[in-house]
Amino acid sequence: MLAFLGRRLIQSVAVLLVMSFLVFLGIFAIGNPVDVMIDPAATPLERETAIRALGLDLPWYQQYFAFLERAVAGDLGRSFVYNEPALDLILTRLPATLELAVAAMVMAVALGIPLGLWAGLHPGSWLDRTIMAGSIFLFSMPTFWVGIILIMLSSVWLGWLPSGDRGETVSILGVPFSFLTWDGLTHLFLPAFNLALFKLALVLRLVRAGVQEHMSSDYVAFARAKGVSERRIIGRHVLRNILIPVITVLGLEFGNLLAFAVVTETIFAWPGMGNLLIRSIQVLDRPVVVAYLMLTVVIFVLINLFVDLAYSALDPRIRVGGRA
Amino acid sequence: MSIPFRDRPLGMFIADFVANPYAVIGLAGLVLVIVLALFAPWIAPQDPYDLTQLDFMDGNLAPGSAGWTGTVYLLGTDDQGRDILSGILFGLRTSLMVGASSAFIAFALGALVGLVAAYVGGVVDALIMRLVELQLSFPAMLIALVLVAILGTGVDKIILALVLVQWAYYARTIRAQALVEKNREYIEAAHVLQYSHSRVILRHLLPNCIPPLIVLVTMQVAYAISLEATLSFLGIGLPLTEPSLGLLIANGYGYLQAGRYWLSIFPGLALLFTVLSINLVGDHLRDILNPKTRRQ
Repeated sequence: MLAFLGRRLIQSVAVLLVMSFLVFLGIFAIGNPVDVMIDPAATPLERETAIRALGLDLPWYQQYFAFLERAVAGDLGRSFVYNEPALDLILTRLPATLELAVAAMVMAVALGIPLGLWAGLHPGSWLDRTIMAGSIFLFSMPTFWVGIILIMLSSVWLGWLPSGDRGETVSILGVPFSFLTWDGLTHLFLPAFNLALFKLALVLRLVRAGVQEHMSSDYVAFARAKGVSERRIIGRHVLRNILIPVITVLGLEFGNLLAFAVVTETIFAWPGMGNLLIRSIQVLDRPVVVAYLMLTVVIFVLINLFVDLAYSALDPRIRVGGRA
Repeated sequence: MSIPFRDRPLGMFIADFVANPYAVIGLAGLVLVIVLALFAPWIAPQDPYDLTQLDFMDGNLAPGSAGWTGTVYLLGTDDQGRDILSGILFGLRTSLMVGASSAFIAFALGALVGLVAAYVGGVVDALIMRLVELQLSFPAMLIALVLVAILGTGVDKIILALVLVQWAYYARTIRAQALVEKNREYIEAAHVLQYSHSRVILRHLLPNCIPPLIVLVTMQVAYAISLEATLSFLGIGLPLTEPSLGLLIANGYGYLQAGRYWLSIFPGLALLFTVLSINLVGDHLRDILNPKTRRQ
């Protein structure tokens, strides 16, 4: 287990290095950073001093190492717009995004597993057909458009739920959360539901396929022969086996949720980091974009690492199998 | 003695396809969308980007109401008197063009890279596949956002970004297929005949690796259309001069709270219809082409 952990850690660091290089290359080498970071009204002399002060006259690999050195120390530059450290700006908005993503994940699982189980146990029934047709429908609807429809139905026409902002929040350890107040919950519901729909379709299909595969397996036939009740076969045996791939996919999809939160946050004016990213891209606030990217890369590497570890804990064949 | 058409591969394929009503509906929808997009300038009641055809007096009309010249606007107008139906038809053109061209360029690029990786093997293969894995471990949406942040906006840049997002899927799929095919006898025979490497790859290996990619291309076109619409909706996609469906939806979004639902709902329905049609076709194609689920 330790050797496996060590190997995975080394791989993670390698991925981080590669990604940091790509981000550096993309943001700093393709556009001319001088034009972005220095006031266009500056005199040639001021320009020269600024270039030297920012280290932009150095060869690119020295610039990259300087960038790495600062990044490790948590310094990813200052936002041009807010004039605050870019990383702090992102970090203060991270909890809102995480709250949204977790809420969406809980919804997708809470609805997707029972629906998928039912569809898998009754293949070909009208409800199964409806659920499967519905999942293609969900896959086809762009997240942002669903968000618009949700806002229109429940906020504009029915007037039931608010459609913007986080509502009333409660601070835990200085971090505000919406899900602890009724007002906050009503604000959280629509965006989380919006974000959950796509994952719901995914979970549903995974569980349905898993149920169909496992129900015809030998161990289920054996359990039936022993006289184990159908409820226990499904709950204790089949569900457990299905959950292994579901957990993996969900882990990986959690990162995807963070990326798609960008869309949902923009529509519902949810003050998370995705919302900030879009505005920063629009106004070319590059340090914030870089900080967002580096933070996301770190989160992704951590998620992948965690999923691998969870998977190897659940299924010993992977640890022994070697490659990983 | 000839084999009846329905027992030949193409005949069987068509029979399998027609057996699923959803797939047939999807295909009909797809054909309709393509025809509408191709002939938009002739079908559309007005050219929404020709200012001489716009009438400010007809601004903000609800669907089905008549303008002061008596023209009936089926899907309503925006604040500049632009016919929404015409806007949708022209937007469909842009959306389909961007989606299809990016998917096919990505297909060509990914297929080439994947084939070379499988054919050459060794270090080249390892390097390419690490890059593919690295890219696929991040969500496409995020990569698209990054690329747009770096490249900037514009039709060519959005297509480039979408190509860079998609190529890895093709590369991975075709490589897996090519690894199986390259050990077959016909490749060996081609080597014995001393054909050049490029000839073996393009004339022998490539055609035999295409079938599993057909489903992927179908699904990716739908995905690319959806992704472009999302980027445009976020205001970092196509420029205002080339409005796709996503941009139309974004423009109308601001008026939603004011009750002018038709500005964003109808373009959205057109987008949904397009993507759904493609997915219905793709979903069934996968079932037909997959030997495991194919009917006996």
